[in-house]
Amino acid sequence: MTQTKMTGAQILWECLVREGVTEVFGYPGGAILPAYDALLDFPIRHTLVRHEQGATHMADGYARATGRVGVAIATSGPGATNMVTGLATAMLDSSPIVCITGQVGSRLIGSDAFQEIDITGITLPVTKHNYLVTRPDDVAGVVREAFLVASSGRPGPVLIDITKDAQQASCTFDWDAAAPTRPGWRHAGRPAQAELAHAAALVNAAERPVILAGHGVLISGAVDALRTLAERGDIPVAVTLLGIGGLPASHPLNLGMMGMHGESWVNQAIQEADLLIACGMRFDDRVTGNLKTYAPHARKIHIDIDAAEINKNVRVDAGIVGDLREVLDRLTPAVAAAQRTGWREQIARQRGDAAVRDIQQLPDDGHLYAAHAINDLWRMTRGADTIVVTDVGQHQMWEAQYYHHESPRSLITSGGLGTMGFAVPAAIGAKRARPEAEVWAIVGDGGFQMTMCELATAVQEDLAIKVAIINNGFLGMVRQWQEFFYERRYAATPLSGPDFVKLAEAFGIRAAAVSTRAQVLPAIADARAHEGPVVIDFRVEQEDTVYPMVPAGADLHAMIRRPSPIVETAAD
Amino acid sequence: MNLYTFAIYVEDRPGVLNRVASLFRRRGFNIHSLAVGHSEVPGLSRMTAVIETDEGGARRAQAHLYKIINVVRVEDITGRPVIMRDLALIKVAADQTTRTCLMQLTQVFNARIVDVAPDSLVLEICGSEARIDGLLEVLRPYGVIEMVRAGRIAMERGSGAAEATVSPERAAAVEEGISYSV
Ligand SMILES: Cc1cc2nc3c(=O)[nH]c(=O)nc-3n(C[C@H](O)[C@H](O)[C@H](O)COP(=O)(O)OP(=O)(O)OC[C@H]3O[C@@H](n4cnc5c(N)ncnc54)[C@H](O)[C@@H]3O)c2cc1C
Ligand SMILES: Cc1ncc(C[n+]2csc(CCOP(=O)(O)OP(=O)(O)O)c2C)c(N)n1
Repeated sequence: MTQTKMTGAQILWECLVREGVTEVFGYPGGAILPAYDALLDFPIRHTLVRHEQGATHMADGYARATGRVGVAIATSGPGATNMVTGLATAMLDSSPIVCITGQVGSRLIGSDAFQEIDITGITLPVTKHNYLVTRPDDVAGVVREAFLVASSGRPGPVLIDITKDAQQASCTFDWDAAAPTRPGWRHAGRPAQAELAHAAALVNAAERPVILAGHGVLISGAVDALRTLAERGDIPVAVTLLGIGGLPASHPLNLGMMGMHGESWVNQAIQEADLLIACGMRFDDRVTGNLKTYAPHARKIHIDIDAAEINKNVRVDAGIVGDLREVLDRLTPAVAAAQRTGWREQIARQRGDAAVRDIQQLPDDGHLYAAHAINDLWRMTRGADTIVVTDVGQHQMWEAQYYHHESPRSLITSGGLGTMGFAVPAAIGAKRARPEAEVWAIVGDGGFQMTMCELATAVQEDLAIKVAIINNGFLGMVRQWQEFFYERRYAATPLSGPDFVKLAEAFGIRAAAVSTRAQVLPAIADARAHEGPVVIDFRVEQEDTVYPMVPAGADLHAMIRRPSPIVETAAD
Repeated sequence: MNLYTFAIYVEDRPGVLNRVASLFRRRGFNIHSLAVGHSEVPGLSRMTAVIETDEGGARRAQAHLYKIINVVRVEDITGRPVIMRDLALIKVAADQTTRTCLMQLTQVFNARIVDVAPDSLVLEICGSEARIDGLLEVLRPYGVIEMVRAGRIAMERGSGAAEATVSPERAAAVEEGISYSV
């Protein structure tokens, strides 16, 4: 047993090193200075961000790219409050991050001291758990527990607020004695054999089953298990936005994304199914539409590690609580090998009908459509080790539709909170985590302007992210809602911006503008060949629309579909 | 909507009550009553929470409670044979003419007078919420000056008990299929 005297700050870093942390993203300030001072003596690389929100998204991008815990650090007060959006983003998408904040000295707590803010109070509802540490003796135990909490069960963000005096004071450090022990600690249960048998019987009796694959497939590492189940039962698979990559897009059983902007045949299949097998997805309202008319003919099996998700939005016939991979490994052998040819053919017919409406069918009329640029990017990067990070809005949906992901963790996006400004910092985090991968941020001109300051971080840290701005001069997704539901009254959605090429160049970043389809491939090729970061300003059609669309709360089969034959947009 | 009663064992640490209350607020559960105190196990407090919800809501509330890492055990004792008590102190206006009547009422309701002043009485009553409400109703015409209630506490009858800690094997046996992953 090693027992040495160390400061709280040293213990903090020592524990992070022992937890396997090599990268942190942060921004210093008074209350966290002792920790920063100690950092110089530990083998951890610090990425200096330009805004603490960026640090949290970077930690999140790092976590989503690898499954490992991402770490962000900030000072008290404004540094800490700037982290709230990133914590909430990670919370809603079950992403494991640990955020460390400095706090004023413990004797000053409650006195409205300079830069004192009750960050554990503020972040209570947006963290899986949070801690206020006021003594160096508690640092090791809290850090160890924080990593366990963040990464186990249903992952999520954890915040550790450490007072300045707890960082400065010394105590004996004992790693072993700090092992997490909680009277209430429970691991995921093992579902009873009878429950699995019941679920298997439902699958075997089904003629028109659909698997709904969610984020839990990636979190649980259940990609192979999912594929085995689908192939054995010949069961089509629909994925959620965050489940993309859970089954290769090219797999014949992969239907594509479900939900609000899912393809029509996917939602149609769900509405006609006689059984849904939900795997690590939480029936978000963007997935179900009107719950009263959702999958009316289907029995439902829901496999989720979080018991609180069962029967939350959709009443199920079999709720199985446990780790998805473990459950599938036990369930699949009880599922009878089957051929469901008729069902697959029925779906394929609907798919054929949808294809003629596809934006890909548009003739090249000199306009640049976002879907084309994104599809071209996919064509050029397919087969390569690529991670695409998207922001929030129309481009995010086009990416989900026109970039075909073959592997898990190759798409990183903010689904549950829909946080604009996520893409650029999360891409930086992903690039830190996977330097060998080609990392593309696809971002709207609105979201880009929220966190574009982090380009400076990419330059300073020499992180070669490629940024594709889908520049339509609008807050596009909101404009689309105004087009459909507010009589085209474009209140506060037309958006100007700087010359993004000049802007990028001012950061020292290579940049190009693209406004015709012919320029797309050369620009992407050039960006890929360039070693450093790149920004491409894709100046796309301004009033383009994401089809199909299920209006919020409408029936899942009541989609607004792309007019067919193709009707041109206003500019023509 | 019905009332569901939970016995919740939590670690006796700062902020835990806030976590539990915040959970109910955030998930839109209406807290009917919440009482907290020490339990038979050192280091653990026992809460009795009465919330207004339906059966599905009760199951989810339980699952959500377990996700708070300071929560050790949650028992839904709603349908069980339990003793439920609330405690109230009621200050009521009293003068020469009304004092005798009030004393009689106190007896009828099995309450106690714990303070007498020239123009008021303080009554203490321990019992079911319905009985306390009944007393309150008959006292109102006399002028209720002040009241404080402790909130419902509950305990199972007989030797059955809401256990603070359960061995992993027994936990699995009791509620097979429910995971308490945090
Ligand atoms: C503009 C916009 C449009 C959108 N449109 C769509 C759309 O058309 N279609 C769509 O699908 N989404 C859409 N979304 C995203 C949507 O809001 C949700 O974020 C998404 O549907 C959630 O997917 P999920 O349930 O798979 O993932 P999560 O929300 O991350 O849920 C994961 C689930 O898996 C469980 N889990 C975690 N680990 C395990 C494990 N080891 N074992 C078992 N279970 C586990 C968790 O408990 C949780 O229930 C949109 C978002 C935006 C911003
Ligand atoms: C931080 C934040 N503010 C507001 C919104 C609401 N919102 C959703 S999509 C959107 C428009 C996004 O515009 P842009 O970034 O240009 O992308 P586009 O939709 O045009 O592709 C807005 C404002 C949000 N999701 N996040």
